[in-house]
Amino acid sequence: MKQFGFDVVVVGAGHAGCEAALAASRLGASVALVTFSRNDIGTMSCNPAIGGLGKGHLVREIDALDGAMARVADASGIQFRLLNRRKGPAVRGPRAQIDRDLYRVGMTREIENALNLRVIEGEVVDLLVSSNEAARGVLLSDGSEVDAKTVVLTVGTFLGGVIHIGNERHAGGRMGARSAKKLAERIRSGAFAVGRLKTGTPPRLHRNTINWAGIGSQPGDEQPTFFSFLTRGQPNAAQISCGITHTNGKTHEIIRENLHQSAMYGGMIDGIGPRYCPSIEDKVVRFTEKDSHQVFVEPEGLKSDLVYPNGISTSLPADIQIDYVRSIAGFERAKIAQPGYAIEYDYVDPRSLDRTLLFRSIPNLYLAGQINGTTGYEEAGAQGLVAGLNAARASSGVAGITFSRSDGYIGVLIDDLVTRGVSEPYRMFTSRAEYRLTLRADNADSRLTDFGRQIGLVKDPRWKKFAAKKDRLSTARSALKSTKLGPQAVSAVVPGLRINGPSRSAYDVLSLAGAEIAELFASYPHLKSHGYETVDQLQNEAVYSMYEARQDREISALERDEAILLPKDLDYRKIGSLSKEVCGKLELARPETIAQAGRIEGVTPAALTAILAHTRGRAKRSA
Amino acid sequence: MEETIFALATARGKAGLAVIRISGPNAVPVLSALGGKVPAPRSSRLCVLRDGTRGVLDHALVLYFAEGASFTDEDVVELHLHGSIAIVQAVIAAILDTGLARMAGPGEFTRRALMNERLDLTQVQGLSDMIDAETEVQRRHALRVFGGEMSEQVAEWRVKLIRAAALLEATIDFAEEDTPEDVEPEVRALLENVIGDLRRASKGFGAARTLRDGFEVALIGAPNAGKSSLLNRLTGSDAAIVSKVAGTTRDIIEVRMNIDGMLILILDTAGLRHTEDEVESIGVTRARARAKDADLRIFLHEEEVPEPPFDLLTEEDLIVRTKVDVRGGSGISNVTGEGIEELVEKIGAVAERRVDAASLFSRERDRASLENAVLSLEETRLMDLPVEVQVASIRNAVMHLADIIGAFDVEFVLDDIFRSFCIGK
Repeated sequence: MKQFGFDVVVVGAGHAGCEAALAASRLGASVALVTFSRNDIGTMSCNPAIGGLGKGHLVREIDALDGAMARVADASGIQFRLLNRRKGPAVRGPRAQIDRDLYRVGMTREIENALNLRVIEGEVVDLLVSSNEAARGVLLSDGSEVDAKTVVLTVGTFLGGVIHIGNERHAGGRMGARSAKKLAERIRSGAFAVGRLKTGTPPRLHRNTINWAGIGSQPGDEQPTFFSFLTRGQPNAAQISCGITHTNGKTHEIIRENLHQSAMYGGMIDGIGPRYCPSIEDKVVRFTEKDSHQVFVEPEGLKSDLVYPNGISTSLPADIQIDYVRSIAGFERAKIAQPGYAIEYDYVDPRSLDRTLLFRSIPNLYLAGQINGTTGYEEAGAQGLVAGLNAARASSGVAGITFSRSDGYIGVLIDDLVTRGVSEPYRMFTSRAEYRLTLRADNADSRLTDFGRQIGLVKDPRWKKFAAKKDRLSTARSALKSTKLGPQAVSAVVPGLRINGPSRSAYDVLSLAGAEIAELFASYPHLKSHGYETVDQLQNEAVYSMYEARQDREISALERDEAILLPKDLDYRKIGSLSKEVCGKLELARPETIAQAGRIEGVTPAALTAILAHTRGRAKRSA
Repeated sequence: MEETIFALATARGKAGLAVIRISGPNAVPVLSALGGKVPAPRSSRLCVLRDGTRGVLDHALVLYFAEGASFTDEDVVELHLHGSIAIVQAVIAAILDTGLARMAGPGEFTRRALMNERLDLTQVQGLSDMIDAETEVQRRHALRVFGGEMSEQVAEWRVKLIRAAALLEATIDFAEEDTPEDVEPEVRALLENVIGDLRRASKGFGAARTLRDGFEVALIGAPNAGKSSLLNRLTGSDAAIVSKVAGTTRDIIEVRMNIDGMLILILDTAGLRHTEDEVESIGVTRARARAKDADLRIFLHEEEVPEPPFDLLTEEDLIVRTKVDVRGGSGISNVTGEGIEELVEKIGAVAERRVDAASLFSRERDRASLENAVLSLEETRLMDLPVEVQVASIRNAVMHLADIIGAFDVEFVLDDIFRSFCIGK
């Protein structure tokens, strides 16, 4: 059977696949979303939480472009916390514990309600290619063909996952490696390189076997900070607390004694694991001076019987797992519902992609998510959105959209991937964003929603709300800038500040450390009409206004370099004076701009000058 | 593929020996085309070199350095020729005739060494200074830079700045983890340490420049005080015109000397006097300006009681009486040579004191980078500065130093964090 007429077919309905399909649908493309089962849509396969530092920024940016992740997370959040609340606004990150079932149901509803989006249950076994080797759809295991102008693959660990529990191992990943062999071969041969990564999970425990009274408790924030700019009011779901407990000397002793049985330490795994998420074996071996490690006890949902003990991922045999788990306070009688395991999988070197996430060696094919070497729902969702957006544009013959590092974390993420590749499962941190002070979670909409509207990603309801908010901000900004405070008044708003300072505008006063909006409202009641929330956001902006000029200079230098495009077929070996190693790296990443070239490790200013001189000479010769 | 380049490596002109260096994949084929046989790597062979018509060019000693173990990291062949201009020209023409190599541009061998990571940027700087070195002290200084002392110093700063950034970033990105609460004292210590070093380096900059470009000594004094005669006495040359008509020296005359291994530039300036002569008056103004910029001034006077221009002089400057052969008293005589040796010693001592403070950085560009980096790092001293802004300042400082120490790379920061702290809840 053949199904014709799709603009975009998205394979996989995880976090990347859902955002890809939804983004393409918002652009008006007709979309097929192929998944094993409708029940898999939006499954959270790892820890039951969304957001955090850097990751929360990504979720806000997806939301600013009218993606679904933030809204679905808000509706299924069972504990909301704003991380780094006491630090500057640029490094605060919203995070929430999520009820897995509510999330899955919520995301399924988003998919079902999307326009021109059809879910096809099936297993993809190969790519359909046209005579010029461009992707033109996918072949399913039942022999049916799904015909589409462009294809987005968001297939996670399908290039061959192996699950390790102690010395047991079995094939993992949701697609049987055998049946999708042809597809895997196409990807492998088209990729510059395929690397091997690993990641671990902790044993899942039965909730009612934990002595909750015997461990610490971590409640959510009193006033929740939601992900979506559209969410208001109180949480949709009931709110819970997480538990906190600690490993101890006994735990570490059990682990040390059984290290040889760990898949990771027994030499059974050679993939590279994330340094920011080590197994408990790793922690015990590498940080011998620590006699205790934190364990966050995270319920997987309101009705779920499972908890996720975050911090003790492992690949020890199941019987050892139960021993060490029970040595931990509160877990004395814990029962393991599912043992922890390590999973090893292959990923495509993301330098095989361009900045629109197009797989360069197969026209019309886009890759997003874990297959590109990233980890995390948020990183996957952000890539999915970009891939879906560009697949839809390509299907109607429009040029691709790229995001710059100065636009947002989405730009940082994709630039890091396609320029530098990955050496461990890639996770977002705020420290990766050099323009961190202006790329805040609170202003993601100011940064991206206008642009999203221009390219058709942002639909009317959000646009109307955003336009109104933009007006509120600009009115309040003028009011704050035109309200002058004398020295006395300044010190009333900023407790502890010396009284004989200069007069300042209310906007400048808010930039001072310790400035209180409530005090400002008390002294200047006319400002109150602008609302606390609006003034609060302007304060976030004011705090960094002094540093913005410098950052703007950096950004304009970046923009200048981003504007210098490098020819796609540039032969780096023809440029004298580039080392072989640097040539190799440039050929792999195929930077699209001189700025991108400069971010490749080992590319020196001198090398950039040589590249520039060569391309200039080339342009002259061909002119 | 990389082109093969060649150039005369020794000075042009008649000499005992002339060396032509050939670097690149065609280095050996060039030798073969000239009829030579390649020796084993790092050894030599005597070859008869011939041109295209089989005419003998020279009997040359040929050295070979294989790819991966040569100055440029490429195949390198050196032709040690007899140092005749005609031979060198004939061999260059014969190499060009082979069509296998082209003449190298200025500094191209060094650039290849840099690109192939045989040298880093600071070493290249040191090398270029070393080749330019005229005196022993200059050579030693260049050798320190070339030997990587500058790279080591810079690497140390880099480690400290990365560490400071990592400590701060750990409290931001891993706030939920078991990371230390108060990193402020360690960060402060690291940053103050680097600020101090950078300050010292930028202060020693002037002396380092002196080393490279020479220590300037300005001779000043009234017309006919004996400045030009002293210059001639010091250098034994007739560089400056000496006459008994006051006000002869209108232009500034500069003579290079080697005192105790240091390059010393003696500047003879126009006599300081009020004059109606327009040309001479310009000369006087220029003399004052130049004297002020010099590293040391020697005020010469023949009167018993000198009237030195105190606005020009600093504490270390010398005031010397001239013409003691005629006028008596203590001082110098350009005629008999009395006191000259002592004066030279004094100049040497002052120059040596200054040069001892020389930092490894001697280029204007380096100094600007150092000073801007200090300014950025000093911002972190502000009270209540948010931690993310502190990191921005450190990052900015590293960007200023990027030419010297390389760019700010978050991967290094993350490496440090993951090595130091147990991250992963």
